Amino acid sequence: MNVERITEKLNILADAAKYDVSCASSGSKRQNKDKGLGNASNGICHTYTEDGRCVSLLKILFTNVCIYDCAYCVSRKNNDIKRAAFTVQEVVDLTISFYRRNYIEGLFLSSGIFKDADYTMERLVQVAKKLRLEHNFNGYIHLKSIPGASDELMREAGLYADRLSINLEMPTEAGLKLLAPEKNRQDMITPMNFLKDEIILRTEEKKLFKKAPMFAPAGQSTQVIIGATPETDQQILQMSDQFYKGFKLKRVYYSGYVPVLSDSRLPALNTAVPMVRENRLYQADWLMRFYHFKVNEIVNHDNPLLDLDIDPKLSWAIRNLHEFPVDINKADLRMILRVPGIGVQSAQKIVAARAFRKLNWDQLKRLGIAINRARYFITCNSPQYERRDLTGTAIKQYILAESQSKYIKNSTVQLNLF
Amino acid sequence: MTTLIYDGTFEGLLTAVFEIYEQRLTHVRMQKGEWHNTALFENVVKVVTENTRATRVLKGLKQKLSAQGLQRLYAAHMAEMEGEDDNLVGYIRYVFDSPKNVEEDYGNKYVMRVSEIVRMVRREKHRMEAFIRFQELKDKTYYSAIEPDYNVLPLLIKHFRNRYADQKWIIYDIKRSYGLYYDLHETQYISLDFATINPGNVISAYEDNEAVYQELWRNYFTSVNIPARKNTKLHLRHVPKRYWKHLTEKI
Ligand code: SF4
Repeated sequence: MNVERITEKLNILADAAKYDVSCASSGSKRQNKDKGLGNASNGICHTYTEDGRCVSLLKILFTNVCIYDCAYCVSRKNNDIKRAAFTVQEVVDLTISFYRRNYIEGLFLSSGIFKDADYTMERLVQVAKKLRLEHNFNGYIHLKSIPGASDELMREAGLYADRLSINLEMPTEAGLKLLAPEKNRQDMITPMNFLKDEIILRTEEKKLFKKAPMFAPAGQSTQVIIGATPETDQQILQMSDQFYKGFKLKRVYYSGYVPVLSDSRLPALNTAVPMVRENRLYQADWLMRFYHFKVNEIVNHDNPLLDLDIDPKLSWAIRNLHEFPVDINKADLRMILRVPGIGVQSAQKIVAARAFRKLNWDQLKRLGIAINRARYFITCNSPQYERRDLTGTAIKQYILAESQSKYIKNSTVQLNLF
Repeated sequence: MTTLIYDGTFEGLLTAVFEIYEQRLTHVRMQKGEWHNTALFENVVKVVTENTRATRVLKGLKQKLSAQGLQRLYAAHMAEMEGEDDNLVGYIRYVFDSPKNVEEDYGNKYVMRVSEIVRMVRREKHRMEAFIRFQELKDKTYYSAIEPDYNVLPLLIKHFRNRYADQKWIIYDIKRSYGLYYDLHETQYISLDFATINPGNVISAYEDNEAVYQELWRNYFTSVNIPARKNTKLHLRHVPKRYWKHLTEKI
């Protein structure tokens, strides 16, 4: 092993891959078989970067050589940076050695496009194939498909990878045209459609024949960059909703644009990364996926932008005070899930527990609900009801005042940057 | 008030419950540790752990709790949290004294407390699954040292067996001086005598490439960080300082 060379490659190709935010390693059901190495189902984050994002996969580019010139991307053709490329064997060795030491759950492999889509995609597939067939590796593998790769290669990728993703990059077609004029959205949508159909087909097959091979068991995901182009949150979330429904995506990732290049089409180099906004988008996305919210309840014509100072659930509650108070001891699960300060797990516990007795403030608190937010929206088996005749604005101010200390600390972290 | 002194094992706890019902004790207090014949407590019962009695209580619990509920009770005891035995006994008594399964009666103080303890233990277990870092020794065994707050080693067996079936590994709890050893077939509890190990041997015991991979991992960890997004507070919340000394990327 040429230690110096491999270290250099890893530094370059991990650095270039870090802007891809997809990190999840859950959602697969791959078991360890024949006393092999690893399994994939747990979704463990093994460490966290200093910016607080989780690390669960070895996330690298196969190469940062690229024939395209997308304005937002560090690997773009016209960016003057050091280039490198791994060999298939090098990626395999790194993955196995890191996995054996329990550093990672598996591999996330993406790539710049050298030569053409198929040539690149073929290498990614080779890595996955080698890991599975030669090393009996059952850890998680996520391949980023190269738009324009042939159906045949996509099908092979699905047989060895747990998840496949095709990044939309920009929330709208217009945004993409502006920043990546050589690409077009259809090249991304066609393979997504292909994968969707293939996944459905294979799942049916698996129901009939237990022995049928798994096909991308963790499904497909995508990523959009936010803040590089001027889309509203409404446009972004509506796009997600459409992709969740139309393509059965497992996840949409939102990546706050980190200014790395100076280009007249892009925000200036000293623009702050829209971290709060990114966080609010994830919260809104959760509301759609786990809390039964419809997208137009969260953002709509009157409210095209998410509140930056409060989370979208609280924001919805304040706009819909007529739905409250919710009686914790009677309301159905759907409505309990809509109370600010109550998460999915505590909501389920509440419903289970009240079959035995009526719950009061103290018990609710110990069940893990955030009383300081919830108390304005619920009644329970305690006499006081906190909302009295407060207006939405007043409730917002009370809640913000109470979480102020936390809030101020957070914002100083951001201000310190510049 | 009767004080029951027991040996701290799960079987011991179940035996104590047996005594409570047999002697019809109403107000009890649990005390872990050695039996000393002192006048410290007035009313003291010494619980001698007995498998047949423990098994009978366990059988009773199985009838009253779901498999998952029983697992949670076990995990709560494994935590070895100071002063929580009384709550565990309270929980078990509540389970026996109720006509139906009460494991989801979170409004009850014992059920609630057990649920809180389980939450803390599960979190620690999960953190160990994440933060264990193996180092490869010359004989191809992968070794890891940990110092968890709660005694979660027994709860880790299944996870690591399922994951690392084709490599020998040791996970050693330095704080409690015992470990797990998987030899490609069986998993067993072991204890190592560090007093007799000479530090020189320890370094040479590592596989030649071990240092290389550690360095590569540290490099990787630095490369993936995005300085423009630095958020130390968040970082510390996810990776509390007390775990750092065993984390390759933080050393
Ligand atoms: S094709 Fe991909 S790697 Fe190449 S410049 Fe565009 S975004 Fe970057």
